[in-house]
Amino acid sequence: MADKPRIKLPKEAKKGEIIQIKTLVSHLMESGQRKDAQGKPIARKIINKFTCEFNGRPVFSCALEPAISANPYIQFDARIDEEGTFKFAWTDDDGSVVTAEEKIALKA
Amino acid sequence: MSIRYGSLAGLATAALVLSAVATSGEELERKGIPAPPGHVFQTIISGYQFRTKETRALQDDDLENPGFLAVERAADVWKTVDGGEGKSCMSCHGEAEKTMKGVGAAMPKWSEKLNKPVNLEQQINICRTEHMKAEPWAFKSKELTDMTTFVRFQSRGLPVAVKADGPMSPWFEKGKEIYYTRVGQLDLACASCHEKNNGKFMRADFLSQGQTNGFPTYRLRDQRLIPLHERFEGCMFDVRGVPYKPLSDEFLALELYVAWRGIGLPVETPSVRN
Repeated sequence: MADKPRIKLPKEAKKGEIIQIKTLVSHLMESGQRKDAQGKPIARKIINKFTCEFNGRPVFSCALEPAISANPYIQFDARIDEEGTFKFAWTDDDGSVVTAEEKIALKA
Repeated sequence: MSIRYGSLAGLATAALVLSAVATSGEELERKGIPAPPGHVFQTIISGYQFRTKETRALQDDDLENPGFLAVERAADVWKTVDGGEGKSCMSCHGEAEKTMKGVGAAMPKWSEKLNKPVNLEQQINICRTEHMKAEPWAFKSKELTDMTTFVRFQSRGLPVAVKADGPMSPWFEKGKEIYYTRVGQLDLACASCHEKNNGKFMRADFLSQGQTNGFPTYRLRDQRLIPLHERFEGCMFDVRGVPYKPLSDEFLALELYVAWRGIGLPVETPSVRN
């Protein structure tokens, strides 16, 4: 999971505006259902949770399941009432967490 | 998908519904470019045009397109020193955005030194072994496919412009011969599907013209980028034949010939396909 997550949201928004946030993270999303060349099951290893916070308050979160394909893409909306920072976190089955931050300003 | 559901409904009810099916088919109009004189097709159509609007949308947005994960990975590797010479790709080539523009669109290209054509994967490994004194990357490795994608991406939007004359002629003819030779238990040639029957619905999918302008392509089925020779292997395997080896002279000749069949199409790397 060395790759940087890809995030797209506007740099600034009007107060009260609803913006769209797009995220894409690089992950194999190994389902646990597959077998390797020797016929041994390949252990499940997926991103099982995604969260997004804005200035410490939750905006969006979801659980991810094994049927979700590799490199999960998540898109959602948020209303902007103040300037601040979005914090994104993807939690792996192995406990590791990939995080990213994006700032947004208010349009004058 | 909408077509399939539409046609099922049409069968179940009446001709009135069938006319609606024809209309929904028009939504998936396939735009192409006019082929040069003497070409096999009248209109050259990218594989993009055979995909659903959902798959097209995935390719159209650079953020959603998972192929860009590879582009970003390789952009870092481009600047990373590797091998005994202490060089990176950048040491010789500078900014890829400038120096690699158009390079991928013209591959495979004649090499005077080797007296044969080389494709992008081979050229990358020639650079690694000869100029960087680094280990060559294995075919199908993430590293080689990423870098191939990254270099070809620098030609995105530029027309496929392979040269098939001069010393390339015998390779072109060999590729053509392979294209029209029936192989495997199913006894099919490339042309059986991609020339005679493109546009038809088969194996739960639309047969395309088999163009290569989007390679390496992110295949939803594999959830990773697939280099062209792996796709060739897949096709030969599907007709229950014994595939040639990736980067073999046979596939190289075929790559040249198939690239010519798509001459003028804009490079779409990294494209998204089924």
